[in-house]
Amino acid sequence: MTAETIIQSLASGLLMGLLYGLIAVGLALIFGLMDVVNFAHGEFLMSAMYATFFLFAFFSLDPLLSAPLVAAALFIFGALVYLFVVRFAVRAKANTGMVQIFSTFGLAIMMRGLAQFFFTPDYRSISHSWLGGKTISVAGIFLPEPQLVGALVAIAAFIGLYFFIHRTDFGRALEATREDAGAVALVGIDKNRVFALGWGLGAGLVGLAGAIMAVFFYIYPDVGASFALIAYVTVALGGFGSVFGAFAGGIIVGLVEATTAMILPPSLKSVGVYAVYLLVVFIRPRGLFGSM
Amino acid sequence: MDKDFNNRRRRELITAALFAALAAVVPLFVKDVYIQNIMVLTLMYAALSQAWNILSGYCGQISLGHALYFGLGAYTTALLFMKFGVLPWFGMLAGGVISAAIAMALGYPCFRLGGHYFSIATIVIAEIALVLFQNWDWAGAALGIDIPIRHDSWITFQFTRSKLPYFYFALVLACVAWLVTWWLEDSKWGYWWRAVKDNPSAAESLGVDVFNSKMGAAAVSAFLTAIGGSFYAQFVSYIDPESVMGFQFSLLMALPAVLGGIGTLWGPVLGAVILIPLTELTRSYIGGSGRGVDLIVYGLLIVLISLARPQGLVGLFSRPNPKKVVSR
Repeated sequence: MTAETIIQSLASGLLMGLLYGLIAVGLALIFGLMDVVNFAHGEFLMSAMYATFFLFAFFSLDPLLSAPLVAAALFIFGALVYLFVVRFAVRAKANTGMVQIFSTFGLAIMMRGLAQFFFTPDYRSISHSWLGGKTISVAGIFLPEPQLVGALVAIAAFIGLYFFIHRTDFGRALEATREDAGAVALVGIDKNRVFALGWGLGAGLVGLAGAIMAVFFYIYPDVGASFALIAYVTVALGGFGSVFGAFAGGIIVGLVEATTAMILPPSLKSVGVYAVYLLVVFIRPRGLFGSM
Repeated sequence: MDKDFNNRRRRELITAALFAALAAVVPLFVKDVYIQNIMVLTLMYAALSQAWNILSGYCGQISLGHALYFGLGAYTTALLFMKFGVLPWFGMLAGGVISAAIAMALGYPCFRLGGHYFSIATIVIAEIALVLFQNWDWAGAALGIDIPIRHDSWITFQFTRSKLPYFYFALVLACVAWLVTWWLEDSKWGYWWRAVKDNPSAAESLGVDVFNSKMGAAAVSAFLTAIGGSFYAQFVSYIDPESVMGFQFSLLMALPAVLGGIGTLWGPVLGAVILIPLTELTRSYIGGSGRGVDLIVYGLLIVLISLARPQGLVGLFSRPNPKKVVSR
């Protein structure tokens, strides 16, 4: 194994890691806001990928152009999921934790069923997009363009999110609600509105990730499941609820995955990621950037 | 303990015995193999969910990786039989012991984790095991194991002509899981577990051994789950990593207890009796098209029940108890 191949795979691991971060950040945002793990997060991603696919198939809209549309659609969808499902789940008087897990898990099963019903279990892919299949050479390292653009979008999204949370009224309301939802209600902020917008934002971010993923990944009803697990690990690795943690967690997951793939057979590449998660939480039980 | 409490516990035992006796005669009248198959699965899920409920419901350590113990039970039995000719009964016992030991070994680092960190660790550990089994050629890798059929008998625990022996074994398993839970509910462990679930720091300060309570719950829970896995391997005579160790299966195992009533004696039974026939029937009547309608119905049902009855369906059947004897 030459130094070049190592740099090559670390570079693609880094790009993929930034995308993992983008997939996971919505989960972290929602968790930080209201302590809810969305078990349908992978299915949100799947919906975004299908939306991108059909915009391409019917209107020949390139994924790069449809990404904002898909993100907006997912924003609305996320807010609706909060209003119609999660709002009731957090209100449950008994077993709140389990109700949250299983109401979103039920939603996930349902969404998978709907995708099978309307789109069949067939694998689909976007055949000729602007970026698909192209690579760019930077200092002798070949980077696949879809992943490169995905990584740039992820970085831009994180910067945008940072300013959004710290510089806008809504962002501040979001932070305040996450600190103390009761006190926020006293100063006249509608908790439900903030939560709904938080869910919208979280879903919108995973929508953005899904639109880019659709360029280079097969699209099928169960596609969300494997990414969802990586997203949970990413979020937990960073420390639940920490938006910055999700970003860092994503990069670590991407790099670990690439490193594992170099050492072990490719079919074992996820083992490295899982092992690193266990190692981190055994040493720091609240993840890397979680508050103690 | 006061009289009311003892009476209630005796009543529960008698009710369970009546239900078990009733269940035992059903297959004498219902000869349809398809229905019998559903009944076997219902009993199996009742047992599995009861086992899951011990660790997650009573002790409050929400495991989303119990498929690991189910898979270990299934694989231990199948591999011992296939490779070394060890009878499934010994394989079953071995699977149970191995699973309990592994549960405790994993519990040692994992029980320090709180809440979601613990649950995600259980998912991740089960997933590592899944990937390892998928790549373990000696154990059949991703294709799994076709358990060789020797002959129909209780000695080999293989029955190709009739489902009835499986039915009775599953019934016994469900009863044992119920009885163990019934017995533990009113034991030192049962009280410790509920204390650990409600408030670990308060429990600790009152002299409850929190760590060992969790370890005990994990061992019992894993042992029973593995027995279920061994049984499943014999019942379907074909196992592969995804179907016995997948994440999906971990959730399916927990579902009856959650919908029936988590941390309750009857919740897992009730949940399984309602959920499993419903799943199987929707699958065969509307899911046969392979178009996912069964998933839509099933998913919707989970959402609706968990939102409408957060405390589980079991509350619908219990009479209001004016004198609350046991703190839950």
